[in-house]
Amino acid sequence: MKRFLGFVRKEFLHIFRDYRTLIILFGIPAAQILLFGYVVSTDVKNAGVAFLDLSKDEITEKISDKICSSGFFNRTADLANYNDIDRILKKGKTKAVIVFEDNFGRRLISEGNATLTIIADGSEPNTATLVTNYITAIITDFNRELSGPAAGATTLVQAEVRMFYNPGLKGHFMFVPGVITLIMILICALMTSVTITREKEFGTMEVLLVSPLKPVQIILGKVMPYFFLSFIDVMVILLLSWLVFDLPVKGSLILLLAESMLYIMMSLSLGILISTVSSTMQQAIFISLVGMMLPTILLSGFIFPIENMPEVYGWISSILPPRYFIVIIKSIMIKGSGFLYVWKETLILTAFTVIFIGLSIRNFKIRLQ
Amino acid sequence: MFPVSPPGRGWGWVNVSWLPSLEGLGVGKQKDSMTNETIISVSNLVKKFGSFTANDDLNFEVFKGEIFGFLGANGAGKTTTIRILSGLSVPTSGDAIVAGFSASRQPEKIKSVIGYMCQKFSLYDDLTARENIMLYGGIYGMSKQLIKERTRSVFEKLYFEAYENKLISSLPLGLKQKLAFSVAVLHEPEIVFLDEPTGGVDPITRRQFWEMIYETAARGITVFVTTHYMDEAEYCDRISIMSDGRIVALDTPANLKKQYNAESVEEVFVKIARPGLSPHNQTI
Repeated sequence: MKRFLGFVRKEFLHIFRDYRTLIILFGIPAAQILLFGYVVSTDVKNAGVAFLDLSKDEITEKISDKICSSGFFNRTADLANYNDIDRILKKGKTKAVIVFEDNFGRRLISEGNATLTIIADGSEPNTATLVTNYITAIITDFNRELSGPAAGATTLVQAEVRMFYNPGLKGHFMFVPGVITLIMILICALMTSVTITREKEFGTMEVLLVSPLKPVQIILGKVMPYFFLSFIDVMVILLLSWLVFDLPVKGSLILLLAESMLYIMMSLSLGILISTVSSTMQQAIFISLVGMMLPTILLSGFIFPIENMPEVYGWISSILPPRYFIVIIKSIMIKGSGFLYVWKETLILTAFTVIFIGLSIRNFKIRLQ
Repeated sequence: MFPVSPPGRGWGWVNVSWLPSLEGLGVGKQKDSMTNETIISVSNLVKKFGSFTANDDLNFEVFKGEIFGFLGANGAGKTTTIRILSGLSVPTSGDAIVAGFSASRQPEKIKSVIGYMCQKFSLYDDLTARENIMLYGGIYGMSKQLIKERTRSVFEKLYFEAYENKLISSLPLGLKQKLAFSVAVLHEPEIVFLDEPTGGVDPITRRQFWEMIYETAARGITVFVTTHYMDEAEYCDRISIMSDGRIVALDTPANLKKQYNAESVEEVFVKIARPGLSPHNQTI
């Protein structure tokens, strides 16, 4: 045990002496959170909206004026029929189209309610949600004005929101779970595979293997510091997203941390596996980045919803462990689900961990022969 | 191209002129430390990788306190043998007894009684000299007190005090290699395996390095060394020459030279490895 601890201590020294490692460990997570937070900024200024007014009465004019005078929106066009909607949205300047139904004003007065439709450009999910939220808010405001302060909660004009191109708008506000998923793969898989292959490349691995330390101790000793530091990272990311972006964890924090630990272990064993098949650091970096980072970003559902992918990509993504972790962390953080809702994914991650460790041991033994 | 020669240098490079000065070290004489007690005993050792036979029926013995030179061209199977003898790999058949432990059945036990220094550099660049020593001392289960004492004596011996808290990366190569050797024998192993320890080191440092080897052997530690420098082979008590997985010659340098009617071990080596070629008509 004393031998082992000395070895772990050395590993910490490696990490703390190398500023590049420290940057990857703590700089990148913070930068990612802030970057993604900035990208998902809640500012709407002068977004283009077009109107399809099938009623053309006093009330529709009032509403459209109110929207355009709010300072958030610019009128880009007045459309004549439904066919124009697609055309104007494709031009890109217009973020949403507001459609007033036939006889909007008359219905509102005679029947007491009328429908306007907001059609948003779902190809930019963030903007789309923001725009629709703003417009809905303006219309709610208009309702209140129309009914007077005494009228209470009766809704007169109903806004019905529909999304074009990406109806689910999934992937929005997913940056915190996504960043955690990504960072853990980056730190655990990349860093452990690099730190182990570094020993191979520098020849120190030979010396360690010849020493009385058992191979298991060597690997554990190399991996353990990264386990601790990644765990700290998870907490830093959660704290940052809570403080800066006001994103709380809805479900059980303990469950979330436990699942994170499982995911960290999975990533570490993947890193070990990568290190057993690569003999140089470059190779390890290549496998980790191209083989893990890119698929994680593109196919795990982090940014692009799996449901919208062609089926083949869906299959590929099902062999990517991050995909399952994203589901877990989303459910716990955002939906507040308990373990009963994520046990399947948890089981799959556990299976991945076992498989990776098994393969690593097999490869390691072959190498020693 | 013959693998022994360092790149860009001809056969005349081996600097024979400084050999006589080594007489003070006891080169060519039977040392007092060498005994007839067997410390490594290899019998019918075979190691196969698939259909390739890396070690083909090896039989030899190494005595306690001996400096045993293990020579051979690249790919002759030296590394495989060293890996087996140091417990890193198990033989396909046959066995080797290293310091009383069987290489096929107790490789883990072997590991704690040997020291090892490989051809690639074996200290951590981003740790200081002291931290490296502490690490390896700890790995070999030495007590803090003992590590401290040995560290002091290592630093004194190498005139190293000024460097002890410097990062290894800032030290000159020769000093690093000497320190790596000191670390390899820090726990006073029975045997120390040196796999091309002096690669890329200047002649003066090599000489100092060999002084350290002699001193170590004098303490009763067996030194098992591979090298491509044939002048170094001359300092060994006995040398073996490997070719194609077999040991083709094993004796003292003096006897081998006599047997092959050669002036240097280098000539012996070339005669064995490339029959019909002598170093003087070899073109590089």
